[in-house]
Amino acid sequence: MAEASSGPAIQVEGLTKSFGDVRALRGIDLSVPRGTVLGVLGPNGAGKTTAVRILTTLLRPDGGRAIVEGLDVVRNDAAVRRVIGLSGQSAAIQEELTGKENLELIGRLYHLSWPDARSRAAELLSQFDLVDAADRHAKTYSGGMQRRLDLAASLVGQPKVLFLDEPTTGLDPRSRLSMWDVIRSLAAGGTTILLTTQYLDEADELADTIVVFDHGKVIAQGTAEDLKGRIGGDVIEFAVPDRTRINDAVAAIKPIGDGEPHLDADTGIVGIGVGGRGSDALIEAVRSLDAAEVVTHGLALRRPSLDDVFLALTGHAAEEDGQPESKRGGRRKGKPADSDTAKARKDNA
Amino acid sequence: MTAIAAPAGLRETGPSPLTRTKWAVSDTLTITRRNLIVWYRVPAYIFFSVVQPVIFVLLFRYVFGGAIPVHGTTYVQYLLPGIIGQTAAFASFGTAIALAQELQKGVIDRLRSMPMARSAVLAGRLVADSVRMLVTILIIVAVGYAVGFRFTNGVAAAIAMIALATVFGLAICCIAAFTGLAIGDEESVQSFGLIWLFPLTFVSSAFVPIATMPGWLQAFANNQPVTFVIDAMRALALGHQPVAADMLKSIAWLIGIFVVFVPLSVRAYKRAV
Repeated sequence: MAEASSGPAIQVEGLTKSFGDVRALRGIDLSVPRGTVLGVLGPNGAGKTTAVRILTTLLRPDGGRAIVEGLDVVRNDAAVRRVIGLSGQSAAIQEELTGKENLELIGRLYHLSWPDARSRAAELLSQFDLVDAADRHAKTYSGGMQRRLDLAASLVGQPKVLFLDEPTTGLDPRSRLSMWDVIRSLAAGGTTILLTTQYLDEADELADTIVVFDHGKVIAQGTAEDLKGRIGGDVIEFAVPDRTRINDAVAAIKPIGDGEPHLDADTGIVGIGVGGRGSDALIEAVRSLDAAEVVTHGLALRRPSLDDVFLALTGHAAEEDGQPESKRGGRRKGKPADSDTAKARKDNA
Repeated sequence: MTAIAAPAGLRETGPSPLTRTKWAVSDTLTITRRNLIVWYRVPAYIFFSVVQPVIFVLLFRYVFGGAIPVHGTTYVQYLLPGIIGQTAAFASFGTAIALAQELQKGVIDRLRSMPMARSAVLAGRLVADSVRMLVTILIIVAVGYAVGFRFTNGVAAAIAMIALATVFGLAICCIAAFTGLAIGDEESVQSFGLIWLFPLTFVSSAFVPIATMPGWLQAFANNQPVTFVIDAMRALALGHQPVAADMLKSIAWLIGIFVVFVPLSVRAYKRAV
């Protein structure tokens, strides 16, 4: 059953998982070569977390096969746990312990001797820029520092394959960038990484290959460039306060873009893909709209978002089913997970 | 990565049973240590497990106690074993809340994704909670001595009483561990604990003689495990009545609780989503 050790780091075939009536995964196939970064992109409820939980032996799949470093995650779960690291959506650290104590504790649970656990902790604290905070209770850390500590904890056992489930959700833009640096340096060091994200730019920045999840299926796969090619690059977007002029606005910008403009009748927001001709297209749009005498609000050029990816790939916007993650979400009430996500999304926009 | 992975077959065999046992013990101790550090660093936990029981002792000794007649002994003698039993049972709130928090925060996910002994999280939790309980019980005994309580049945029986209280508390902690993991939400777990632990401890012989309750309530109070355990503890502490019958019923109940709830908790831990 064991794959040759030169095979891919992660190999998934036909993976399925249901929670009651909700089919969280409907036959996922993935292959992640050693030393590469796979970005799993999708909205909440697409099945990203479920897939990560199966690959990290926390959940048993209903069907299909998942192999990590040549080991079956169901039959060899104990061995899989020796070669993986997991950093989840929230910082799984003990807030009453100091950063150093957290890492030493994890080291002890990896069966390092006390001196080894201490030196490994010291090594990681300096790698993650937490030396000054090493002896402070983790409760006093900023969100970004807590997530860095959490990531450091997932590396104590020197995993060959690292799973990062939405590593930057809820972080402010600056912490997000510093997290990206850390992840890039891990990838450069040869660690195979599977990272889930709701943000196209994050997958774009970090991943060698991207798969897009929707309703428990892989709906697209390729490099960031492939996907952006399919989405059509940048988007011009604006609002038309006078709804009676929306059609005039659409007519005015139609020649500028690639394909049809899309409009949201409720909000009066019009958008159009303009490929790689961002700034030029923006100038043209201003001229045409001005010539058509249409008043607009918030005319701007923006990079494609997850919604644009979904619109391009599926014809519908990224829907948040909220399942099965909502089951966990329910448990997490009391924590501002949703507002964090909303905030991060705003920061991202 | 330059290292060539060992053949899969070699890694599958894993460590020997002896090494695994050693690791399970060391993992349990590591988790126990962590839990105890967390306990003494959080003022609210210290308050809940130390100050609150002391307030209860003082409240019942000096406020309610005068109005509660007991036969054959003084109220402070009657009270102390009862309050120790209740305190041991209430220690389970800490168990349930801590596990629910760890589940919510993803700490349990992290630990379950590591090559540590899967039994250690629960075992370390229960060992730490027993230590915490024992400390609380000893503090209550000390406060009891200050307000007039005395063990009157010898040192061995006194130690047996404390041991019984601790094992009883541990049994309740096992139930709480299951509820904590199965419910998985801190606030719900707390309310649920109140719903079953308050009636169980107050509608017992812990604070008042059962004979003073209405008949229908006596039927419950006379036949529930908290009463058996507290009557056995009282008999051990005071030597005022034979202990055997209550002790046997207590042991039977405690074994029953462990047999049912240890596997349920382990299952809830393994399945915790």
